[in-house]
Amino acid sequence: MSTATVVVTGLGVASPTGLGTGEHWAATLEGRSGIRRLTRFDPSGYPAKLAGEITGFTAEEHLPGRLIPQTDRMTRLALAAADWALADAGVRPDELASFDMGVVTASASGGFEFGQNELRKLWSQGSQYVSAYQSFAWFYAVNSGQISIRNGMKGPSGVVVSDQAGGLDAVAQARRLIRKGTRLVVSGGVDASLCPWGWVAQLAGGRLSTSEDPARAYLPFDRDACGYVPGEGGAILILEAAEAARERGAHSYGEIAGYGATFDPRPGSGRPSGLRKAVELALADAGAQPADVDVVFADAAGDLDLDRAEADALVQVFGARGVPVSCPKTMTGRLYSGAAPLDLATALLALRDGIVPATVNVKLSPEYDIDVVVDQPRHLGLRTALVLARGYGGFNSALVLRAPAPR
Amino acid sequence: MSADPFTLDDLKHILLEAAGAEEGVDLGGDVLDTEFTALGYESLALLETGSRIERTYGIALDDDLLTDALTPRVLIDSVNELLTVSRTV
Repeated sequence: MSTATVVVTGLGVASPTGLGTGEHWAATLEGRSGIRRLTRFDPSGYPAKLAGEITGFTAEEHLPGRLIPQTDRMTRLALAAADWALADAGVRPDELASFDMGVVTASASGGFEFGQNELRKLWSQGSQYVSAYQSFAWFYAVNSGQISIRNGMKGPSGVVVSDQAGGLDAVAQARRLIRKGTRLVVSGGVDASLCPWGWVAQLAGGRLSTSEDPARAYLPFDRDACGYVPGEGGAILILEAAEAARERGAHSYGEIAGYGATFDPRPGSGRPSGLRKAVELALADAGAQPADVDVVFADAAGDLDLDRAEADALVQVFGARGVPVSCPKTMTGRLYSGAAPLDLATALLALRDGIVPATVNVKLSPEYDIDVVVDQPRHLGLRTALVLARGYGGFNSALVLRAPAPR
Repeated sequence: MSADPFTLDDLKHILLEAAGAEEGVDLGGDVLDTEFTALGYESLALLETGSRIERTYGIALDDDLLTDALTPRVLIDSVNELLTVSRTV
């Protein structure tokens, strides 16, 4: 397999911080959080009541009528984000050969809201009332499939399911496919399961914050860390071989320079988390030294033990307070498979503008010897960013982004 | 149950509810003899449409019909045939 350089040429963002890259980036720099009391359903009967919700998305304004009865909310958001990303990249799919374009997205839950509605019809009205589209609308792979169909992309495609880490794993798979010869791959991930069924499934994980104060509910690396707030959304990225992108005169946000993934040892083994190893693998893959990394976008679990494990890994690799760390997730909540792609988009914008977004609401615990950027964004010359993502059950992934070489 | 026949308007209504409108296709035009696939409706859209017709009119369409009923006219005629039978029984 070649080691051809793979770059990101288009971004599409659907986030609680905004629809579209511009809105999201402006809100992120201003520290405007999208976390609030749930409005998509009444959360009063549940222990967790806050979420990062996307407001103002009307699917009918973005998608043809044929797609509405057959799509869950997460798919509608993913299709819109894919449209924006393709437009941003200046790619018209109908001008490229179908088999030269693939789609690899991550998914963590599938179309829960759609599934809930159809299952309700099943037990309350009978099987003849269940939509025929239930056959695929709630599948993990449905976002990849619908993006592929809508844009006529028949190249290698698939879905990666590894909770939050999946967002990086999908982009890594997209890079592999491009290195094997696929011209362009649409990647990233969007999750949205802020419905009662999705909510109880997330509650079962045991890590949701039950705070009702949006400013105190999700506090990674803070002494008052008390779990995380879930959110909906994510980002879609257009990946291309650098050479092909250059040939068509495309703009590059940066390079997918390195990737590493590990799996944690079984609980109780006494062995450390595999996160450090994932970081080291990603750096080695990028041909980078720790000192080359200018900013880290942390997984930011908001759980005392998981925050400790992440802080330890960062100190071991970069030294005490060795690199600025940002957690823009504090403004969106954790977006499952959408989280890491959104962090990638945010990191690429940070590289472009030389600004590290601030982590909001957090007062850094003195127990962690890391340099979390709090209160105000930090202006820095940025060349290299590291994005971390951990998935429930032991997945660790790390991805290194490098700014495009100055022209 | 209504004794009115099943019309193209009824079909359009159910079709839009079941599967939405295809861009660039005018269901208000002369579509009676246009194949569903040409109108933008694939087999799953027809399955969903058929299931809604069955629920609404209390009839059971033949499993082979939806794959064979390639045009609105054939589907409408079949539904009306079943409606006539169910009313005379």
